[in-house]
Amino acid sequence: MTTAKTTNRKTTGKMTRRSALKLAAASAALPLVHIRSGRAAGKLSMAFWDHWVPSGNAVMQKQVDAWAAKNQVEVQVDFITSVGQKNILTIAAEAQAKTGHDMQAFPTWEVQNNAELLEPIDDVMKRLTDKYGPVNAVCDYLAKVKGHWMAVPTSSGTQYKGPCGRISVLKEKAGLDVVSMYPAKPGHTAASDAWTWDAHYTAAEACAKAGMPFAIGLGQTTDSVDTAGALFRAYGAELVDKDGNITVKSDKVRAVLEHGQKLVKVLPADAVSYDDASNNRALISGQSALVWNPPSAWAVAKRDAPKVAEDCWTFSAPSGPEGRFLPYLPYFWGVWSFSKNKTAAKELIEALLQREPVEARCTEVLGYDVPPFDSMLDFKVWEDVGPPKGTVYNYPIRPFHNAKAHIAALPAPPDIAVQIYNRGTMPTMLAKLKSGQSIDQVIAWANDELEGFAR
Amino acid sequence: MADGTSIPIGAIAPGKTAGRRGTMRKFAQRRSTIGFLLCLPLILLIAGFVIYPAFYAIYLSMLNKKMTAFVGLGNFAFLLQRHTFQLVIFQSCLFAITAVVLKAFIGFILAHLMHNIPGKNQRIWRGLLLVPWVIPLALSTLTWWWMFDPSYSAFNWVLNQFGLANVPWLGVGWIARFCTITVNVWFGTPFFMIMYLAALKSVPEQLYEAASIDGAGTMQKLFFVTLPMMRNIIAITVLFSLIVTFADFDIVRILTAGGPQDMTHVFATYAFQVGIQSGDIPLGASVSLFMFPILAFAAFFVLRGVTQRTKEIAT
Repeated sequence: MTTAKTTNRKTTGKMTRRSALKLAAASAALPLVHIRSGRAAGKLSMAFWDHWVPSGNAVMQKQVDAWAAKNQVEVQVDFITSVGQKNILTIAAEAQAKTGHDMQAFPTWEVQNNAELLEPIDDVMKRLTDKYGPVNAVCDYLAKVKGHWMAVPTSSGTQYKGPCGRISVLKEKAGLDVVSMYPAKPGHTAASDAWTWDAHYTAAEACAKAGMPFAIGLGQTTDSVDTAGALFRAYGAELVDKDGNITVKSDKVRAVLEHGQKLVKVLPADAVSYDDASNNRALISGQSALVWNPPSAWAVAKRDAPKVAEDCWTFSAPSGPEGRFLPYLPYFWGVWSFSKNKTAAKELIEALLQREPVEARCTEVLGYDVPPFDSMLDFKVWEDVGPPKGTVYNYPIRPFHNAKAHIAALPAPPDIAVQIYNRGTMPTMLAKLKSGQSIDQVIAWANDELEGFAR
Repeated sequence: MADGTSIPIGAIAPGKTAGRRGTMRKFAQRRSTIGFLLCLPLILLIAGFVIYPAFYAIYLSMLNKKMTAFVGLGNFAFLLQRHTFQLVIFQSCLFAITAVVLKAFIGFILAHLMHNIPGKNQRIWRGLLLVPWVIPLALSTLTWWWMFDPSYSAFNWVLNQFGLANVPWLGVGWIARFCTITVNVWFGTPFFMIMYLAALKSVPEQLYEAASIDGAGTMQKLFFVTLPMMRNIIAITVLFSLIVTFADFDIVRILTAGGPQDMTHVFATYAFQVGIQSGDIPLGASVSLFMFPILAFAAFFVLRGVTQRTKEIAT
C-alpha cells in the first residue's frame, strides 16, 4: 500500500523532491519578505519618545496610522517619556528581558550601550543617505558600530542646544546686537566672526553685573554637560582621545580651565545645582540674559511670559581656538534583534524619515526637532515661527555659521565617553573651579575619575 | 462507559480509598498546612520579586561590563579603589546613620508628648503628625525641592524678607547633605513616633506606680522603666528604618541627583547613574549590593539582642 501511495503522488505531480525543496526554500525566506496582503505583515510594536509638545505625538500617531493602513500592518504605538529617564529604564528592561517593542527610540548613548542587541540597519541608511545626503559626524559616532549602522538617526527629539538670548538685555547691558549678528536670512556676517568664547565671557560678565546672569548650569544633567562640552571642544580640550588614552593633563585642557575659572565667577551662585529645567525657569522668569537651550524654553515663554518670548533670539555657539561647535543631542530609531517583525519595522522607519513626514512633524513642534540630514535643514518653519519672526532661524546649523555639531566627550571611545557624559565630568570640573579649587587639583581629580572610566 | 474517563466501580479497594482520603483530610486540616497555604501567595510574590531579583543582581555583579565574562569579585575590588565610591560609602553611612538617629530621637520625644495629650485631642494630633509619612515620598520631595529651588526658593524668599542673603540650598555640598537628611527625617519621624507611642501604651501603669512609691523621679522612670520596656521595639524600629534609609533613592534623586560634585550620592542613586545611565549594569549591581553586608551585619546584632531580651523576659 505504501508503494502504491508514493507512486500515486509521483504520478499526479503534486509533490516532487524538487518542488519540496523549492517550497522549503520559499518558507525559509518568507519572514524576510514583507508581504502586503491582508494582515500578512502581522503586528508591530513601536516605542517613540514622548514629545514635550503634545501635538508632536498626535502627528506621529497620524503618520504611523496612515502607513499601517496602507501596508495592512497592525501597529501598536507607545510614547515613552524621558522624564525621570523612564525611556532609558524601559530600554534597559527590554534589553535584559530580550522582549518588548520591535522598534525603540534610543536617546544619545543608548545605541552604543545596546549595540549587541540591535539589528544592523545599513540597508535603510543607505537608501536614506543616497536620497538625502550624509548625516553629521555625531550621528556617525553614536550609531555606527564596527562599520555598521545599528540605528537610524531620527528627527523626533533630536535637538541643538545653542544660545538663546534676550535681545534687549544683551544689547543694553553687553552691547551685543544678536539680531544683526545672526539675522533671520541667509548670509554670513562679520559680527558673527567676533562671537567668540571671550566675547561670550565679556557679555556674561556685563549681564551678571546688571543682575541678569547667563543661566549656564554646572550640574550633571545634559544642558550643563552639553554647554561645557562645546566650550572644551572649542579649545580642543579632549579628556580622552579617540584611542582611549587619558589626555586630561594637556595644555589645551589647562587653557580651557583658565577660561572656565573666569567664566564660573559670573555664573549664578547656584549654577552647580542646576538641572535641565533651571535654566529655562531663569529665562522665563526674566532673571537671565542668556541660556543654552533648544527652543523649548522660548516656546514655554511664549505661553507663560509672552513679553520675554518676544525678546528671545536663538543663535550659534561662540567660537574658540579650534572652531565653533554647537551642542547636538540626537535620537535614534533602532530595531531590536529579538524583534519578530524586523522587515516591517525597518520599512516604517524608512517611511517616517522621508522629507515630507519629517517636515510635517518638525512644523507641528515649532521647529524643535532637527532632521538628521543636512539637506533637510531648510524647512520653512524656522523662518516663519515667532514672535519675534525668525527667532529660531539660526537654531539649526546653517552653512554660513561655520559651525559643527558636537557632543561632549567626542572623540573618546563611546564606552568611555558615555561615562564622561553621564557623570558630568566636564561641568563638574568647572564646578570645582567655582568652589575655589585650583586648576591642578581639578585636573588631578579628573584624571582619577577617567582612570576609573577606562576600566 | 468504557470511554476511558470513568473509573469502574470496584477498581480501587474501598478501604484503600478511604484511608488515602483520610490522610489527605488530616494533612489539609493540619494548622501548619493551612498556614502554609495561606502564606503561599505571599511566598510566591517574595520569591518572584525579591529572592529572584536578589540572586540575579548577585549574578550580574560578577560579570564584566559587556556581560560576557565572569569576573568574580572584580567589580567590588575595582569600586573600592575609586575615590568617588569611597565618597559614596561615607555619604551613605552619614545619610542613613544621622537620619535614623534623628528620627529615633525626635520620634521618641513626639511619642511622649503625644502620650500625655488626653483623649480625642491625641487622635487629632496623631493624625496630623502622620501626614508626612502618608504622602507618597516622591511627591512630598518634589514639594521640598520647590522650596529649595535655585530660582524660586520659598525659604530664600523668607530670608530675603528679613534682609538676609539667599542660601544655595542644593548648591553647596554640606548644605545639600543637610537638606537631604532633613527631608528624610521629616518623612520618617512619624513612623518612629507611632511605633514608640504603641510601645508606650503597652507599658503597664503599675510599673510607674510602683516606681513612684519607691520615690523615682521623671528621669528615673524614663531610664529604669520606660526605656527597658521599649528596648525591643526601639531596636526593631531602628533596624527597619536603617534598612529603608540605606536603600533610599527618591529623596536624593529628586533633590540633588547626587550633586553638587557627587557630594550627596548614596548607594542607590550612584548605582542608577553607573548602571542605567552609563550602561554598566554589572558595576551598578555591585554598587547596590554593597548595602547588603552592612545591613546583614546590623540585622544580625540587632535581632540577636532582641532574641536574648525576649528569652530573659520569658524566663
